[in-house]
Amino acid sequence: MSQVADLAAPIEQELLPQPGAASRWRDRLRRFLPPAIVFVLALVLWEAVVNIFHIEGFLLPKPSVIAATFIAESSVVFPAGLFTMREAVGGFVLGSLLGIAIALATARWAAVAEGMMPFAIAVNSTPIVALAPIMNQWFGITNPLAKMSIVAVIVFFPVMINTVKGLTQVDAAALELMRSYAATDLAVLLRVRIPNSLPYLFSALKVSSTLSVIGAIVSEYFGGSREALGVYISQQAALFHFGEAWSAIIIACLMGIAFYAILLTLERLIMPWHVSIRATDEE
Amino acid sequence: MSKVFNQGRDNRVSALESINLEIDSGEFVSLLGPSGCGKSTLLRLIGDLTSPSTGAVLVNGKSAAQARRGREYGMVFQQATLYDWRTVSRNVQLPLEIMGHSREQREARTQEMLKLVQLESFGRHYPWQLSGGMQQRVAIARALAFQPSILLMDEPFGALDEMTRERMQMELLRIWEQTKNTVVFVTHSIPEAVFLSSRVVVMSARPGRIAGIINIDVPQPRNFETREHPRFFEKITEVRECLRQGETNTHKGPPS
Repeated sequence: MSQVADLAAPIEQELLPQPGAASRWRDRLRRFLPPAIVFVLALVLWEAVVNIFHIEGFLLPKPSVIAATFIAESSVVFPAGLFTMREAVGGFVLGSLLGIAIALATARWAAVAEGMMPFAIAVNSTPIVALAPIMNQWFGITNPLAKMSIVAVIVFFPVMINTVKGLTQVDAAALELMRSYAATDLAVLLRVRIPNSLPYLFSALKVSSTLSVIGAIVSEYFGGSREALGVYISQQAALFHFGEAWSAIIIACLMGIAFYAILLTLERLIMPWHVSIRATDEE
Repeated sequence: MSKVFNQGRDNRVSALESINLEIDSGEFVSLLGPSGCGKSTLLRLIGDLTSPSTGAVLVNGKSAAQARRGREYGMVFQQATLYDWRTVSRNVQLPLEIMGHSREQREARTQEMLKLVQLESFGRHYPWQLSGGMQQRVAIARALAFQPSILLMDEPFGALDEMTRERMQMELLRIWEQTKNTVVFVTHSIPEAVFLSSRVVVMSARPGRIAGIINIDVPQPRNFETREHPRFFEKITEVRECLRQGETNTHKGPPS
């Protein structure tokens, strides 16, 4: 058949020699070595600067001191992290579900979009952590729901806006094709609009994952349960226990990274077709 | 039949004027003309993607809207418009899913269609893993999957290189001989229109109208030798003449 040239390109790709174990390790090393070196150098520099300039420990503790405190305090810091993580995840789930629900309603009824948008934008321009004291009054200062509601409001806006964009910015030809099949609105929603919105949704969820950890911790600075990470940080800092405060900050950092990594993995599982994922696969 | 965009407003554009065209069942008809002559608009009118300002499109005595709801149209656009998130075979299955076919029916039909376009072994690939010509073949398989009686093609090979394009033309004729669909094919390539069609509808621009309809009595079935056939060249000349005449008439006519 005369289609040989046509078929050749993808087949060639498949027939490319698979990289051997040795070269895979070399690739991994090449990718992870530079950041690892920078990290170690930064710690060494930090330690040296504190030593050379005799910086007081309560202003900037040495990395070695922080590490020691981190280990000593781990039985307190880890549970505190988990407590705050629950608030962050709870608020994140609440806010995203609400954002997705309203986005779906918006895509279905244009009137909802027109009615909701000004308020959504108003909510987004409000410094949301400023609501923390009020939420503490509403739900009770130790009630995790007070923090979850803050996180939910933070997450809601980017998720809603991005989902609306993904549901509505569909290739016109793709919609005409559905029209030529005499597809119902529901079929168009399920088979075109929702799959089309997934990449938009996930980019919002990834941004929101780190925001929700920040939101939970900052809202705890306004008071909360003694088990909470934010409360721990503000109390230790007030007592000039900076080693402890820094240990808790490390936990907060790890929480943000873990949350982001989970969403990244979910994204890859749910959208194996997507451009962003293809590109990294081919590297 | 006519089509005016933005009717009743200052920026109205008369896209098509006094179009009168009859297409027989099983015919391969090309709509040929310069850009802006309304050939795509005419195709979209036939497919009920837009409605005429005056007049009507009738398909076997039914309105175009009824024909569309009766799933009589298979459509192929210049871009393959495959859904990125679906594999090749799930793209072909999409219309069948929407039309409520059972899983077994869908899978059997998809295999059959992929075989027709000679992509049986590519069912599990994603669209981005295919070349442009292969993507367009998937689009044709998808358009034919639910056995529509009419195939509407809007410059389907316009984005392909010359060699792939000629090969795809052969493929399309081979498929057409098997399926016996009515095909309406929009193109701005004279050789393409002459090579493929039983009739070429030559259109002129501003406002779009039919400048002439030319019967292509180049012997069937068409193959590689057709492109060397003296009759093929005569017909190309005839179509070109007709296009030029359409152009001069427009220039003489009142400004639109």
